[in-house]
Amino acid sequence: MPEKPLTQHIPADRQALDLRAYESVGGYEGFRKALGGMTPQAMQQVVKDSGLRGRGGAGFPTGMKWSFTPMGADAPHPKYVVANADEMEPGTFKDRLLMEGNPHQLIEGLALAGFAIEADVAFIFIRGEYTLAQERLTRALAEAYEAGFLGKDILKSGYSLEMRLHVSGGRYMCGEETGLLNALEGKRANPRAKPPFPQVSGLWGKPTIVNNVETLSNIPHIVAKGAEWFKGLSHSPDAGTKLYGASGKVKRPGIWELPMSTTIRELLEEHAGGMRDGVRFRGLLPGGASTDFLVEEHLDTPMDFTSVQNAGSRLGTGTMIVLDDQTCPVGMTSNLTAFFAQESCGWCTPCWSGLGWAKQILAAMEEGHGKEGDLDKLSFQSKFWSPGHTFCALAPGAAEPLQSALKFFREDFERHIREQRCPWRA
Amino acid sequence: MGTIYIDGEAREANDKQNLLHACLSLGLDLPYFCWHPAMGSVGACRQCAVKQFKDENDTRGKLVMACMTPATPNARISIRDPEAVAFRAAIIEGMMLNHPHDCPVCDEGGECHLQDMTVMTGHDYRRTRFPKRTFHDQYLGPFVYHQMNRCIQCYRCVRFYRNYAGGHDLNSFDIRNTVFFGREKDGVLESEFAGNLVEVCPTGVFTDRTLRQHYTRKWDLRMAPSICGHCSLGCNITMGERYGVLRRVVNRFNSEVNGYFLCDRGRYGYEYVNSKERIRDAMLDGKRISGDEAEQQLQTMISGGKRLIGIGSPRASLESNFALQRLVGKENFFAGVALGEWEALTAAVDALRTTPARIASLHDVEESDTVLILGEDVSNSAPRMALSLRQATRQQSFEAAAKLRIPLWMDDAVREVAQDQRSPLFLAATGATRLDDIAAKLYRAAPDDIARLGFAIAHEIHSSAPEVPGLSNEILEAARTIAVVLKSAKHPVVISGTSSRSIPLIQAAANVARALCDSGLRASLSLVAPECNGVGLALMGARPPQEMFDSAKDATVIVLENDLYRRFLRSAVDDLFGSAERTIVLDHLANETTARANLLLPATTIAESDGTLVSSEGRAQRFFQIFPPQPELRESWRWLRDHAWTSLDDVLKAMADEALQLAPVIKAAPQESFRIAGAKVPREPHRYSGRTAKTANISVVEPKPPADPDSALSYTMEGAHVQPPAALQPFFWSPGWNSIQAVNKFQSEIGDALRGGDPGVRLFESSSGGSYFNAIPAPFTPRKSEWLLVPAQHIFGSEELSSHAPGIAELAPDPYLAMNAAGAAKLQLEASSEVEINLGGTAYRLPLQIAPELPDGVAAIPDGLTPARGAELPAWTAIRRAQ
Repeated sequence: MPEKPLTQHIPADRQALDLRAYESVGGYEGFRKALGGMTPQAMQQVVKDSGLRGRGGAGFPTGMKWSFTPMGADAPHPKYVVANADEMEPGTFKDRLLMEGNPHQLIEGLALAGFAIEADVAFIFIRGEYTLAQERLTRALAEAYEAGFLGKDILKSGYSLEMRLHVSGGRYMCGEETGLLNALEGKRANPRAKPPFPQVSGLWGKPTIVNNVETLSNIPHIVAKGAEWFKGLSHSPDAGTKLYGASGKVKRPGIWELPMSTTIRELLEEHAGGMRDGVRFRGLLPGGASTDFLVEEHLDTPMDFTSVQNAGSRLGTGTMIVLDDQTCPVGMTSNLTAFFAQESCGWCTPCWSGLGWAKQILAAMEEGHGKEGDLDKLSFQSKFWSPGHTFCALAPGAAEPLQSALKFFREDFERHIREQRCPWRA
Repeated sequence: MGTIYIDGEAREANDKQNLLHACLSLGLDLPYFCWHPAMGSVGACRQCAVKQFKDENDTRGKLVMACMTPATPNARISIRDPEAVAFRAAIIEGMMLNHPHDCPVCDEGGECHLQDMTVMTGHDYRRTRFPKRTFHDQYLGPFVYHQMNRCIQCYRCVRFYRNYAGGHDLNSFDIRNTVFFGREKDGVLESEFAGNLVEVCPTGVFTDRTLRQHYTRKWDLRMAPSICGHCSLGCNITMGERYGVLRRVVNRFNSEVNGYFLCDRGRYGYEYVNSKERIRDAMLDGKRISGDEAEQQLQTMISGGKRLIGIGSPRASLESNFALQRLVGKENFFAGVALGEWEALTAAVDALRTTPARIASLHDVEESDTVLILGEDVSNSAPRMALSLRQATRQQSFEAAAKLRIPLWMDDAVREVAQDQRSPLFLAATGATRLDDIAAKLYRAAPDDIARLGFAIAHEIHSSAPEVPGLSNEILEAARTIAVVLKSAKHPVVISGTSSRSIPLIQAAANVARALCDSGLRASLSLVAPECNGVGLALMGARPPQEMFDSAKDATVIVLENDLYRRFLRSAVDDLFGSAERTIVLDHLANETTARANLLLPATTIAESDGTLVSSEGRAQRFFQIFPPQPELRESWRWLRDHAWTSLDDVLKAMADEALQLAPVIKAAPQESFRIAGAKVPREPHRYSGRTAKTANISVVEPKPPADPDSALSYTMEGAHVQPPAALQPFFWSPGWNSIQAVNKFQSEIGDALRGGDPGVRLFESSSGGSYFNAIPAPFTPRKSEWLLVPAQHIFGSEELSSHAPGIAELAPDPYLAMNAAGAAKLQLEASSEVEINLGGTAYRLPLQIAPELPDGVAAIPDGLTPARGAELPAWTAIRRAQ
């Protein structure tokens, strides 16, 4: 039985572990260890050595991200760490499980991240709809303060950290780290230009680290058990376990903690139980709405950052959305594009104008008003939203399902135009 | 500077700037929207994409936004790269998906940056078949007209309004392709810089509401360079006229003065020129006479050894004042300014001419890293300076950004680092000002106490400045704190002015500036005045006003562009006119003084005149006729001219010969004889239409263009289409650049001086002489039963001419008397109680306003806006509930 450090203690009824239960299974051991004798630099090094990569979607090495923070006596203060708990990626529900089931694990991980960069204040920026997670985190924060894991002079180490739960107003853009920071400051959740990176000028212009919930939840275990142990959890050089999920017309939609690089086929056939009776697999988005479709030929791809990228998509959040043959791929693409168009912050032209237009074209196609040339326009738009063309990653993310749908399901698009109807509609 | 390669060509570029700035400075056409030379880069519109290559071997390259990419030496970019070209066209296509095709009925049409950029990118065919998104427009007040459907979401408006100008009530709402730029609800835009939205907006979302009342396309306007006449800062403007109606004012770039922006008084005050109150005919004892008859009458009245008394004006040109002074003789020429104001003005000019500090231009103010304002509410008396001061308080954050290696043009990033960090601005004022929100420390006191604080600061900075006796510990402490900060500044500026009519205030400011210079700092000093040529008048010299009333007895009194009833007590002015032999008045708007004229001579306004104004910075700047006056109207200097003079140049020469300190004025602009390729500079753009048709209902023969004997500008479309000297620049327009952003094409580096140098000539620079002022006032002591009544300046209403513009009048406050709550309680008065005051023997009634900012014992009335406007202020008065 492979190890499941993140989820093994989450009870079957998914009640949250309280402080006592968490400590009884080794909780806050890593934190005590770090504060009891590690330097922040050593802490950063452990995480660097562990090979942990960000679980929010981009896969940036966590230790390296931390290492860009100015440290020492001359560093600006207050410094901030932020847990990105604004899980808004369609089809993604992994952070929710971690926060509902084991809130202290996140708090410990965030506090450790804070210690590693000598942060003064930590925020958990949580999606507004996650009310249960909010309740449980609120209770856990109170417990952690009560027990002296947060606040002034924590465990008499001289290190102080305040931690606050911030409930998001709710926009996809709030999940983008600089959009999140703007939202946290009370501004429009527009992204910011990088450079300067948040590590240098983040929240209120001060050094700031933003990490995903799953990323942070790994930290206590890495500190407690070491980098080598963490690397050993994986089937590949991409270290650790990963929360994988599946939704769509599979037999057992759900979420599973598995060694990094578990194959899509294993996820789909073993854990999700294969397709429901009467429907056939057509494709999937491996890591949320903003990843390229993969199809039959890709089923043996290991789900890790490098392999999925080599297959032409991205690991993203690792929670896949499965498309079946009873569902219209054009409709699915239209739905996704409508989501991205709706969530565009309105800052850069390719995004706010192009997504709106693509949404109109796809909706027209579904309504039986597709026109000759529409596919060229869509294809052009998806290239128009390339990274670097736009201000942030939202539109490039939107381009991924669109461009791959045009590639793998082109005939379906053409049929919509040819037949002036959606063949999946009665 | 460094070498960058653009489409294979090596070019020199400023490496402290971005690639867009570099390309535009090199004269290349690269389209953009969200970037603005004064507001930097934010990377929103993605219009300025270019291809960047890693090195000479890189053939693939990648698209980058020029505005967000530093012009690093050896950078290699291509503007012409096909992918970049296609991308830029696609950006316009994206904007055009929703942009209405209403150019023919859009006020922006013909000078629209979006049109220009669309043509530049080559996008010309609409490929979308879907309905466009629409918005509800808002009522935003008398100046700015709102049409949101045209919006392309470049965010310039909110960036200007909120970040640059400190406004709050304009914002961006909603997201995706339906971002709405407006207010929470309909209502007058609160910022006094809102009018700049008209130029900042690259298309027709925000347009000039006053222009709309009498709309004309840019290409149909006759335009000429002019100077704003509504305060002393001398902002450069371009006015446009058609069919004898002045249509609008736009900014005329001057890097030392107004840069890219104006205040709303300056932009919208122009409508007085079209007022029904204009004097269109000469009148003799109430009867209309022709211009020629008026000339004869004037000659008869002034010749034959009659004793002449001339009363000048701080709102008339140097030339007109000089012509009057020359006509009546120096010994008979009076400044038509109230005593306190005149003394303050002469004190200010004296202080400026003897200070070792640099006389601050607005540009200098903007670059100052520490500011001390003593007793002058520049936000109302010299509003454009308030905008510069807002930028000055960013200096500290520029340093913070530089430490993090964030280039200063990365606007959002710099502001993010800055947060609420501001360079110190110390603000001592008697009442509330619109700069209070950015002040590091506010000090509210009566003018004398502010002056004492200033003197104390000077002494704390340098011991050779006189010590202030009897200071309270509190003020001493404040003075020490401020002195320490000022001394640690790199470029401190000290600002005061004449609005309080307080000589000590001005001298205290001069002492602080001198003390800073004596401490080895590069300090500058600015002393502003409420009217456009007060400094010029004071430089010219005149007898003080108190001697005017006796001298006028049995004399022929000539009043130049001056409503004496605004400046002196009614009874005194009545006596003056009553005792005079006869009265000759020259003016352009009917007022109580013109009503007293035996001979009334219709004068031209700035828009129909040539002349020179001297700004509070001591910058002499020429303004030019926008359109020829109606036949009976003449410039005041022309009515009053010496017969040896035939043109403006003759007046200028005579003035230079007579007054040494005014000699440089000649150089403020080229003389009439200036030609480019044998031709004058045309006022009419190359697309001026209807030249042969405008008067076709009268005669089909095209009339001969009016001659202009006074300037090197012509009333035609013909002329050399090359850049004239900046002082003669009639409008900014360049092939492919029809909007005001064509100014890019007239600067050798974007944002810097116009090619050949900014217009205007400074009449005084820092001096090595002079000494500290010693006349320190006693502390202000509130009186038991009297209040010190001080004038409060109002951007809308306090200035005479602009208050005749309907929009300005609409926004002017109603008359009031303000005091703090303690004062009101003492008198058992509440807000809006009717109170009575007595000034110079006359009782006035005003509604009470509670102004918590006013110090005890001080009350304020709005300058120029109450029936008491002729009374000399400040004055002590009893205040009681009106019976």
